[in-house]
Amino acid sequence: MKNLLVLGAGAAGTMVVNKLRKKLPNDTWEITVVDQETEHIYQPGLLLMPFGTYEPEQLIKKRQSFFPKGVNFIQAEIEKVDPTLNKVFLKDGREIGYDYLVIASGTTPRPDQTLGMSDPAIWYKSVFDFYTLAGATALRGALRDFSSGRLVVHITEMPIKCPVAPLEFTFLADAYFEKRGIRDKVEIVFVTPLEGAFTKPVASKHLGTMLNDRKISLESDFVIEHIDVEAKTMVSMDEREVAFDLLVTVPLNMGADFIERSGIGDELNYVPTNKHNFLSDEFPNIFVLGDASNIPASKAGSVAHFAVDLFSENFVNYVNSRPMEHSFDGHANCFIESGNRKGLLIDFNYEVQPLTGRFPIPVIGPLPLLKESYLNHIGKLAFRWIYWHILLKGRYLPIPALMSMAGKVQVTKKEKERINANN
Amino acid sequence: MPTIEIAGKQITVNEEGFMTVYDEWSDEIAKVLAAQVDIELTPRHWEVIHFLRDDFKKEGESSTSRHTQTVGGFPIKEQFELFPKKPAKKMSYIAGLPKPKGCV
Repeated sequence: MKNLLVLGAGAAGTMVVNKLRKKLPNDTWEITVVDQETEHIYQPGLLLMPFGTYEPEQLIKKRQSFFPKGVNFIQAEIEKVDPTLNKVFLKDGREIGYDYLVIASGTTPRPDQTLGMSDPAIWYKSVFDFYTLAGATALRGALRDFSSGRLVVHITEMPIKCPVAPLEFTFLADAYFEKRGIRDKVEIVFVTPLEGAFTKPVASKHLGTMLNDRKISLESDFVIEHIDVEAKTMVSMDEREVAFDLLVTVPLNMGADFIERSGIGDELNYVPTNKHNFLSDEFPNIFVLGDASNIPASKAGSVAHFAVDLFSENFVNYVNSRPMEHSFDGHANCFIESGNRKGLLIDFNYEVQPLTGRFPIPVIGPLPLLKESYLNHIGKLAFRWIYWHILLKGRYLPIPALMSMAGKVQVTKKEKERINANN
Repeated sequence: MPTIEIAGKQITVNEEGFMTVYDEWSDEIAKVLAAQVDIELTPRHWEVIHFLRDDFKKEGESSTSRHTQTVGGFPIKEQFELFPKKPAKKMSYIAGLPKPKGCV
């Protein structure tokens, strides 16, 4: 009997056990998954919760209901991995041996890593995150009570989970205050450590224009040093100051603490991983999927989904000493809510940045790329159903794992030079 | 890839002017690149640059500000003092390394 052990039962871990249970024979392979929580949260919904789109119970389901028959679930905290012994130690003293290990323990916001941010005088009073259920719930109340002043939306440091979410939050806040008839009493500022609104030039330009159109000011290259709690002001490394009445921040994101305790991560607890086949750089029987790795792709469910599709095919070959046939290209596909029941869609990979054009999709498509449309908004809302019923269970979704250029408008050399000159 | 002449040598750069060939770099070239972004190199600047060059050789990619702080021992605040406004970008530019990946 061989043991496959999966650490983490979020989107990546759940998809892995579903895909692999179908591919690995029950009589020769045992599959076990460990997670400290029994509840699975639909994380994309957390962005919309502060605006009243969802109630918390619409975003939570039991993790166990997504595991197929023949998968053992252990609810426990992980103490550490010992790759020399091929063992995982749990906090409660149990030990689990493995032949192959999949690390899918994700990334989480750490407000305590920025001086002043988690100070009880401001945390969940005037400073909020929205990537946690507690944060999104608390923020809903704070937004409701907010009638005038300065709203600052802020990213601490890249990489972060779902890198477009802070921009979406900003667009949604603009539409929300407009709808309440108080937009003229609210100043909105978007503060980022990046050079512009987003990481990639074409998207950054489009999204930057959208900020401008909505009279949202952009404070770029802002690397936070600390928050002055009394003055309610963020101070940057080069001593710039941004004051706020309400701060919606994305705290520093870090991988799980057991990664650090095991000595297998980088300075942000991400595991060094091959970006094409997800094999750990160091250990030949450890794979890393989803947000837990250091691959230069978006930390997002869509990336995890495409990655797991390729990985599960590769894994069967790998354990049978055959070459891994599929090479991941960094494909990501994200809906961006822009407010007023509209949204954008971006589709990109390691080499190709998000471009304009159309995204072919059977039945409902094509969807416009990098352009606001009602269809994209519907796509975003429909995704919750797809996530619970198709994606997590490893069922077929008609979007190819590797990115396609079909429908995309390529950037000319001249355009590229113009964009660079503006940066 | 375009080439430009610096300190009497032809060097290969990308569209944004970042050098693309590790071994074409030299101290002389670094001084010219630094001057282009209004930086005069002090011994402390050179310590950072040499860390970045060595680290790139080891890791195969340009160091982020955090990595330069944690592994190299150069606090981010000091990186801002030495290479004002956009330290990660300027450090890679002068050290002849690719622009660090704006992680997506």
